[in-house]
Amino acid sequence: MDINLMIDITPLLVKAAWVTLDISARGLFFGFFIASALVVLRTSRHLPLRWLARGYISVVRGTPYFVQLLLVFYGGPAIGLRMDPFTCGVVVGAFNIGAYMSEAIRGAIESVDSGQNEASRSLGFGRFATLQHIVLPQAAGLMIRSIGVLAIILIKNSSLVSIISVVELTYQAQRLIGSTYKPLEVFTLSALMYIVIIYAVMGLVELLYRRATRYTFL
Amino acid sequence: MTAATDTPMVELKGVKKRFGALEVLKGIDLKVDRGKIISIIGPSGSGKSTLLRSINNLEEIDEGRILLDGVQVNRPDLKGLAFERHINHIRQNMGMVFQHFNLFPHLSTLENVTLAPRKLKGMDAGSARELGMELLERVGLADKASVYPSALSGGQKQRVAIARALAMRPKVMLFDEATSALDPELVEEVNQVMKRLAEEHMTMLIVTHEMAFARDVSDWAMFMDGGVVVEENTPAHLFTHPDHERTRHFLRKHLGNQPQTQPHG
Repeated sequence: MDINLMIDITPLLVKAAWVTLDISARGLFFGFFIASALVVLRTSRHLPLRWLARGYISVVRGTPYFVQLLLVFYGGPAIGLRMDPFTCGVVVGAFNIGAYMSEAIRGAIESVDSGQNEASRSLGFGRFATLQHIVLPQAAGLMIRSIGVLAIILIKNSSLVSIISVVELTYQAQRLIGSTYKPLEVFTLSALMYIVIIYAVMGLVELLYRRATRYTFL
Repeated sequence: MTAATDTPMVELKGVKKRFGALEVLKGIDLKVDRGKIISIIGPSGSGKSTLLRSINNLEEIDEGRILLDGVQVNRPDLKGLAFERHINHIRQNMGMVFQHFNLFPHLSTLENVTLAPRKLKGMDAGSARELGMELLERVGLADKASVYPSALSGGQKQRVAIARALAMRPKVMLFDEATSALDPELVEEVNQVMKRLAEEHMTMLIVTHEMAFARDVSDWAMFMDGGVVVEENTPAHLFTHPDHERTRHFLRKHLGNQPQTQPHG
């Protein structure tokens, strides 16, 4: 192993790792809103809206992320959907992870004991107030870990946006290999960076989980 | 308002409720006067819990009328949001206590009690705290104000749940088997709180399996079976010489040959 080379390329890879984090964080952020919208649609009183949401989730779950990315980036311009690679990565990532996240959110809301709802309603709280004050604060704790798992999937998937030439960690690694011909060193280093990012996210998720469910430990 | 005093606090007229093909309430009439306590007993599946839950519309009835202090609770004429608004307002006047407590686990004991007055009545934090502490004092749990429900025993949880229901200053309290989920040694502390409420002339409807408690505390007792009121009378009469064979049979099973003062879960 060429340690000197590894030290030399570290700054470049760290910079690219920030792009990986950036694209994933934005994808997660917008994905959360897409997921919330899907949950609202799925619990709507109108059947077509429920169908729309379910159909969308089925399509996303039934196709590879890679294909979704290529479809939107290369197929999009044909229907006037033109985006720069970074934006495209964020958008496809958000719409992809949003579908999975809607299931996590719905599951968390549904697993709050129905007695909670009854107790709240019996005090005079309406449906929305019950959701706001009683159900969602409890569901938050239940969904944090599943959202954390999805965040990690999103980070790993972000390596695929290298195909549309976003200069993130994997793309930068490939570029460096092109000039150094040292795949072992470069990929080892980039793999280490993924590990650091992912374990940092896992730690953060655990911290948030403990905060949100503090009441069960006290 | 002198007229209001002769209006029954709770009144049911010909209440019917079906779950699919099964009719669980087959025309119930009931009047509870202000400050009175009525116990409803009966085997499981008799409809007694459904009856209680119908009063605050946790179960929607199919026929009949339910009135709280002269105001109709069930309003088949109101739809959607209009009914929501109506029922949310009505429910603020009725406290309900559940078998499984249903305390809000993410809120402290005090916050459990103060949430409704703060959010629904717009009470400021200071007054809500004062009210909450006063109510926790009344159920003997002022020292537990800052702990979360997970740190409380079943009996303590139920006492907090009673305080929470009282925080909205309800006109009537509904108890749905409030002590059925408790360990036998914790039943008494909850019964004590309920007795004190009775002494303060709270109007109460109590669905219970505890015959001794029902007999001691209530002004009127009702035996239900198969969705109908089989008989109702003063507790002294109903528990000692019931008129109907079904009531006798039920009481024999539930009082057995134990001394009648011993609580029976």
